[in-house]
Amino acid sequence: MIGFLIRRILQAAVVVLIVTVIVFILLRAIPGNIAVAILGPAAYRNPAALAAFNAQYGFDKPWYSQYLLWLGHLLQGNLGFSFTLDQSVSSLLGQRLPKTIILVGISTIVALIIAVPVGLLQAVRRNKPVDYTFTGLSFLFYAAPTFFVGTVLILVFSVKLGWFGPEAPQGGIVNDFTDWRDLTLPVVTLALVTIALFSRYMRSSVLDNISEDYVRTARAKGASRQRVLWRHVMRNSLIPIATLLGLSIPGIFAGALITESVFNYPGMGYLFFQSAQKQDYPVLLGFIVVVAIATVVGSLLADVAYAVLDPRVRYA
Amino acid sequence: MTAATSPAQGAPGAPPAAAALPATKPRGMFVRGLEVFLENKLAVVGAVVLVLIVGFCFLGPYFYHTDQVTVNLANENLPPAAGRPLGTDQSGYDVLGRLMVAGQISLEVGLAAAILATVVGTLWGAIAGYFGGVTDAIMMRLVDALLSIPTLFLALVVVSLFPPTETELIVVIALTSWLTTSRLIRGEALALRVRDYVQAMRVMGGGSARAVFRHIAPNAIGTIIVNATFQVADAILLVVALSYLGLGIRPPQTDWGGMLNAGINAVYDGYWWQIFPAGIAIILVVIAINFIGDALRDSFEVRLQRR
Repeated sequence: MIGFLIRRILQAAVVVLIVTVIVFILLRAIPGNIAVAILGPAAYRNPAALAAFNAQYGFDKPWYSQYLLWLGHLLQGNLGFSFTLDQSVSSLLGQRLPKTIILVGISTIVALIIAVPVGLLQAVRRNKPVDYTFTGLSFLFYAAPTFFVGTVLILVFSVKLGWFGPEAPQGGIVNDFTDWRDLTLPVVTLALVTIALFSRYMRSSVLDNISEDYVRTARAKGASRQRVLWRHVMRNSLIPIATLLGLSIPGIFAGALITESVFNYPGMGYLFFQSAQKQDYPVLLGFIVVVAIATVVGSLLADVAYAVLDPRVRYA
Repeated sequence: MTAATSPAQGAPGAPPAAAALPATKPRGMFVRGLEVFLENKLAVVGAVVLVLIVGFCFLGPYFYHTDQVTVNLANENLPPAAGRPLGTDQSGYDVLGRLMVAGQISLEVGLAAAILATVVGTLWGAIAGYFGGVTDAIMMRLVDALLSIPTLFLALVVVSLFPPTETELIVVIALTSWLTTSRLIRGEALALRVRDYVQAMRVMGGGSARAVFRHIAPNAIGTIIVNATFQVADAILLVVALSYLGLGIRPPQTDWGGMLNAGINAVYDGYWWQIFPAGIAIILVVIAINFIGDALRDSFEVRLQRR
């Protein structure tokens, strides 16, 4: 187990290192160059300013020392500087990431609370109307673009019924809880897609487990149907869900990007989108590194969780 | 699957079970697959819906003539009525006609990107899995690294760096979505390369290229096709997302995501006809493709975990 952990962590570190190389290549691929991107096209007429900028940020050095310089900054937590917002990327991240974590966290918890029993119910009532209904719904929400779902929710619950606000809470994370009515629709939007995915996995996971020998044994010993279902099948079926949770981090971040854009939610995804429009490369690339690290850590945790939760899994 | 490449000999008359088939040839993998596919009602419904939508988008404009180039502000935001079944949008374009033109782009980009992604992913995975060792380790770590950046984020950065035309958009989407395919095919290649017939071919002097192109890739065809089907749906949704964010197809061209992007500002005014047709079209196409993909997975007896 320890050997597996060490190898897995080393592998994750290598992956993160390759990500930094990819991001660095993207950074170098900026049309013109970063100096022109930041100073504006007019800088072409002022070579002195370009040269001064390049010297100040080390862009006059060969590419490998640029990469090492950039990597060194990265290790010190220096993700670059947003020239359109006049702030360091790490301070932007400090403001925006907690907001996104609140949105993603609450909606994932809501999704789990709903998807797990729904998947279990579907498996128990396999090929009955209730199974078909939820299967249909999950296909629907899986196929529906997130922003379309969000817009329809705004249209129905905000414009027509007036129950919830159409715009997400602005300001710090405290506002997310004081203005919970405005947070409801973004959370529901993001949760619906996640529920669609998780309930499908839960359904097939329960179906796999329900035909296992241990279920028959437990029933033969006299355990009630309910007990077998909730104590035995449920616990074993949750193992793949735990893994799935770690692996769905990139998907949930992408969903958050769209959801935040629909509801003007001042999180990381919305800032990423705005930066893409303004071509604020330091923010884009800084955030990509952070999201990639989160994803790598997520899949690492998923693997470890799998080994811990399922004693049959032993990594040599 | 080997039976498909080496047809059984010496059975002149068709066996009774295959009597219903038009051809007397031995039943290959595709015929068996087709039978399983046709038994799946949802898949047939999906296929019919898909054919109808493709026909609607590509043949519709020949029967329903609209001007999708000239902005006509005199006709902006008109509600549905006779002669314009789905009303007009904020530039005065007829929404039904626009749905067809936009659909052409969504479907074209989705299909082309999926095919390109499948080709790249298959080759990458087959080569990595076939050679194994250091080659495999290096190639797959690169895939791991790219996979750890969410596709939408990566695509957004690339399109903001290089504002794309339709062709370039296809390339961008393909280059950000071949990764899962390569992982699946690598798994297949790892299993296939130790098979006797591949070993035999190697002993007879066949090269690596022959092994990858003639043996590994064709034998993984089930996995490739099933995965490609889901790729189409994912690619359509990715184009839609990019266009919705205003960084996909550029005006005056548009796709279904672009229509939604344009319509969403007007939705508070109650112009429902500007978002629901495109939204429903996307949902129908993606569900139809998923039904088809699920059925193909059963037909080819491919056991692959979706995403």
